[in-house]
Amino acid sequence: MSRIDEIRELTRVRVLSFLREPEAIFWVFLFPLLLAAVLAFAFRSGDIEPSRVIVVDGPDAARLVEAFAVDEHLKIDVLPSRDAAMTKLRTAAADGVVEGGDPPRLSFDPQRPEAETARLRVLRALGLALEGGADPPLDEHLMTEAGSRYVDFLFPGLIGMNLMGTGMWGVGFAIADVRRRKFLKRMLVTPMRRSSFFLAFMNSRLVFLAIELTVLLGFGVWILGVPLRGNLIALVTIALLGAAMFAGLGILVASRVRTIEGVSGLMNFVMMPMWLASGVFFSYEKFPAFIQPALKLLPLTALNDALRAVMLDGASILTQGPELGVMAAWWALCLGIALRIFRWE
Amino acid sequence: MTSLHPPPLPDDTATIAPSASDPAVRAAGLVKRYGDLTAVDDVSFAVPRGTCLGLLGPNGAGKTTIIEILEGLKQPDAGEVVVLGRTWDHDPRAIQERIGVQLQEAEFQDKLSVYETLRLFASFYARPADLDGVIELVGLTEKRRAWVKTLSGGQKQRLSIGCALLNEPEILFLDEPTTGLDPQARRRVWEIIERLKTEGRTVLLTTHYMEEAERLADDLIIIDHGKVIARGSPATIIASLEAESVVQFAVAGRTHARLEHAELTALEGVRAVRSEGANIVLSVVHTQAVIAGLFELVRARGLELEDLRTHRPTLEDVFVSLTGKHLRDE
Repeated sequence: MSRIDEIRELTRVRVLSFLREPEAIFWVFLFPLLLAAVLAFAFRSGDIEPSRVIVVDGPDAARLVEAFAVDEHLKIDVLPSRDAAMTKLRTAAADGVVEGGDPPRLSFDPQRPEAETARLRVLRALGLALEGGADPPLDEHLMTEAGSRYVDFLFPGLIGMNLMGTGMWGVGFAIADVRRRKFLKRMLVTPMRRSSFFLAFMNSRLVFLAIELTVLLGFGVWILGVPLRGNLIALVTIALLGAAMFAGLGILVASRVRTIEGVSGLMNFVMMPMWLASGVFFSYEKFPAFIQPALKLLPLTALNDALRAVMLDGASILTQGPELGVMAAWWALCLGIALRIFRWE
Repeated sequence: MTSLHPPPLPDDTATIAPSASDPAVRAAGLVKRYGDLTAVDDVSFAVPRGTCLGLLGPNGAGKTTIIEILEGLKQPDAGEVVVLGRTWDHDPRAIQERIGVQLQEAEFQDKLSVYETLRLFASFYARPADLDGVIELVGLTEKRRAWVKTLSGGQKQRLSIGCALLNEPEILFLDEPTTGLDPQARRRVWEIIERLKTEGRTVLLTTHYMEEAERLADDLIIIDHGKVIARGSPATIIASLEAESVVQFAVAGRTHARLEHAELTALEGVRAVRSEGANIVLSVVHTQAVIAGLFELVRARGLELEDLRTHRPTLEDVFVSLTGKHLRDE
């Protein structure tokens, strides 16, 4: 048979083996949807989040509660004991604890952004009560339309993370498994071209990419209302390159390991930094400025940036040259090294 | 499935092309070392076309290393391999197109069916055989659509042989094709291999079952610690024991120390004596005379025989007499 038959059959076998693993279906298709749904629910926008502040009962308590009443976003509870109040603060059931005195004392955890909001609200309420004045005029505009919510930021990152996960797990596990079974070795005594074997992994990733993208984009755009401002073809092109890049990284990670446990550990080791630092759940601009250029060179950062630019900013693919370049470079580098060091037995 | 070649004609006519009379496989001076261990130690042989060569030896003797060198999977540290007139350095694909390989312990993918597995392997060859013909030959027609993980050990092994037949190979390499199978499953595999032999294919097989070697191999090489310790047809190798039969017995009571090996060797017709646990094993030429002499000796010494048995010598007896140990460490 021809080269094409060989690649087609290898691809077919990869797709079939994958689809016949129920766990794989869950992790690839259902898990990201569940995650998106849960996060969308948790970060649902609309109302301004109130600050939960506890006033410890005492001589000044009534005066404090009255002062805080000026701010409708201050949700006040009065607790008789300081200990009970502090426990609530420690468990994040409250954003701040106020005790009477001169001046009154506010306890809060500066690591939590909600605590800072609570501090400012408490400060303002006390200031207004002290001076008897009013707020300066301010026209408040709530950003609740599609495209500017947290879920809009999150969603392209979730697509990127999903492409990374399915690419690495799908390819890495499959390679470690066929190597462990000596199935690889068995193929080695046939005239199979080794390049066909790798091409089949790339091809099967493309088949699944089509399904993943349809499911995820459909859910994001129609259910969550995440905007797709750029060109769909541009988005698909970026996703294609991203999927190929992670398939290459998966092949590289699995190129020597002999066991499923080994490949799992190595995969997590490689993916963990990118889950945190590639701007999936929060922007990598939270990291110190000197480290950001390095973060931008991570495979997932490049993919996420390009996906966000096209989906949210409606950017043309032509403006995404650096990101596409980073991805192409990773793809070539991973495959190049993998082909050299790959262990067939 | 049709046979590739007519069985080779006796090589006494000038009309046969030189290549057709070349051996299918020739190995000369093979050496393979792993660190300090010499797994294969100067092994040479030739397999004429259309014959079956068996590599017989205990586990760890180096059989798999030898066959994997022949299959092009391992590089020997010294020596030369010629398969179908070609070497692995030049155009390995040309050899791979014409050989069929069954690997020891290689597993297929659990969640692919018999047909899907064969179809995948068929796609690697330029001119694959008819899949249904292969499925029928290895007796898996009813399991055609079954997933690999639902197959029994014997069925998996037959699938493995089926995968080795997809290119109508001229040479078949079978590495322990029946290890771990029950007797019935083993016989089914033997029947398939016998049929392939009648189709004129060359077969190279490793085994540590002497019955398998005796039944399937035209020629045998007995290997221990990477070295060839005997070679020839099964009948020739057995004949090298120069024994008519093997007599085995134990002495009733706690010990047989009271029967010295020297006394037994002195009996007429005894060629060799050895102890195996509580048993004494004699290789003999005149069975009747030996047994008569043995009874006399035992009576004279006031002992009693227990568990007296005789059998025709087997390859196992040859192996034990050469190495002092059994092929299978049970």
